[in-house]
Amino acid sequence: MSTGSDTPMVLAEGVTKRFGQTEVLKGIDLSVPRGKVFCLIGASGSGKSTFLRCINHLESIDGGRLLVDGSYVGYEERGGKLYELGEAAAAARRADIGMVFQRFNLFPHLTALQNVVKAPVLLGRLTKREAEDTGMFLLERVGLADKADNYPSELSGGQQQRVAIARALAMEPKLMLFDEPTSALDPELVGEVLSVMRDLAEDGRTMVVVTHEMQFARDVADIVGFMAGGQIVEVGPPSEVMLAPQQARTAAFLARAMPPPPGAPP
Amino acid sequence: MAMSVQQRAVPVVVKPIRWGRLAAAAIAIVLLLGAALLVAQSQNVQWGQVPAYLFDRSILSGIVLTLELTAAAMAVGIVLGALLAAMALSGSLVLSGIAAGFIWAFRGVPLIVQIFFWFNIALFVPDLHFSGVDISINDIVTPPVAGLLALGLHEAANMAEVIRSGLLSVDTGQHEASRALGLTRGNAMRSIILPQAIRVIIPPTGNQAIGMLKASAIVSVIGMEELLTQAQHIYARNFLVIELLIVASIWYLALTSIATVGQHYLERYFSRGFGRRRNAPARRVEQQSEAEA
Repeated sequence: MSTGSDTPMVLAEGVTKRFGQTEVLKGIDLSVPRGKVFCLIGASGSGKSTFLRCINHLESIDGGRLLVDGSYVGYEERGGKLYELGEAAAAARRADIGMVFQRFNLFPHLTALQNVVKAPVLLGRLTKREAEDTGMFLLERVGLADKADNYPSELSGGQQQRVAIARALAMEPKLMLFDEPTSALDPELVGEVLSVMRDLAEDGRTMVVVTHEMQFARDVADIVGFMAGGQIVEVGPPSEVMLAPQQARTAAFLARAMPPPPGAPP
Repeated sequence: MAMSVQQRAVPVVVKPIRWGRLAAAAIAIVLLLGAALLVAQSQNVQWGQVPAYLFDRSILSGIVLTLELTAAAMAVGIVLGALLAAMALSGSLVLSGIAAGFIWAFRGVPLIVQIFFWFNIALFVPDLHFSGVDISINDIVTPPVAGLLALGLHEAANMAEVIRSGLLSVDTGQHEASRALGLTRGNAMRSIILPQAIRVIIPPTGNQAIGMLKASAIVSVIGMEELLTQAQHIYARNFLVIELLIVASIWYLALTSIATVGQHYLERYFSRGFGRRRNAPARRVEQQSEAEA
């Protein structure tokens, strides 16, 4: 279980993953210290989202080690081999890791508040009363207290994603995973979601964010990783990776993905 | 000035008269009236007997049996159908193969053949031996059991497909979000997946239930005393064939009408949260909810 505060929140050693014949993760090594924000950038199809989904064991891995807070999420190590845990045991460990999806995935038959309240009540963590108090507090935090009784279909994309963040926070996760949280939003709705995420980062939450929002990565991340071809090609503080990349591939990607600074020649 | 606008000659829009449509409607009305007159003036039908037999005691007992049979067969169909749907979606080749085989056989053979088959099952398996105890199949599979088995298993094959399609209609993102929150499979199924699948499952299930209400009349061929059989018993004695068939029809229509209304309310309940189109442009939805506030 959880060891000292120097245990990294996420630790990956040589993680590999195949879909059929295609190797999508070719040995990922990574360490995310607790309280830090790690942004994973890279082109579509580079394996960013797959790696993120391996962290909370939505996807299985084919080799290597992947630990959250010092323990496996979906596996048990016995005699140098990893054995996949049953669905119930994996679910219990997954409950401590929050996840926000590109397509929000709110439960459409439940109101915003019910979306937030459902899991802690079902899992017996909170009584319905406590969960509703917490839920209202969290909705307030993401600026949607007045939408508590609205169904997801009555909310804009940005509002839905903020409810999804509140829903994940209701489980009091020690780690938050964001899978391209603003990619499905209209441009004018991106800002409200990013500002909620900024708040979370300032609170010292450990976050792993797969994103195409380069400015967010540059401003908010403590560590940035650039991924290409199933490998993390370059990792370090944004001031190094994003502003002075060492690898040609990183530089080429950033040149395409990052808007030139104001006043620069086109 | 406003006056000058009004004084200008503005053409009035005149709707064209659609002669063809008018003629077709007139012909349809004449034909319907003719048919109604033909039926009403028939000397061979004693209309007065219809209300007399509508609440006849044996007719009422037939209705009770029809309702019991429908409810029991639907219950068997839904429970077994859910099990078959779960097997079909289990990912196990053996389980999904068995489910597919069951659906293939019991959906493919006509219901009336299945009823005769269960009625005559003793010819095939005369008795069962359980650790020294002999059980005669004829004692177990009485006509009501044969009727229920035939209707229930046939229904299960159809309901399995209805439930399977309902479960498949729920977005995979819902499964993922449930898993990511740490919900167990059972919790996710009960609280997240089924409530959404039910919205899709209810309309065809209502259709199936109405079909079952009518299909239950088939068990008259093995002498079960449901609504149609009771009507037949009566007209076998007094020869009021059409009158009693009308009585039975009135009851079948009444029952299916009630079922339709019930289905409407169920559908409304389970469609909460789906009132607006899910993919409506975000801005328009926002304006709508602001306008309501």
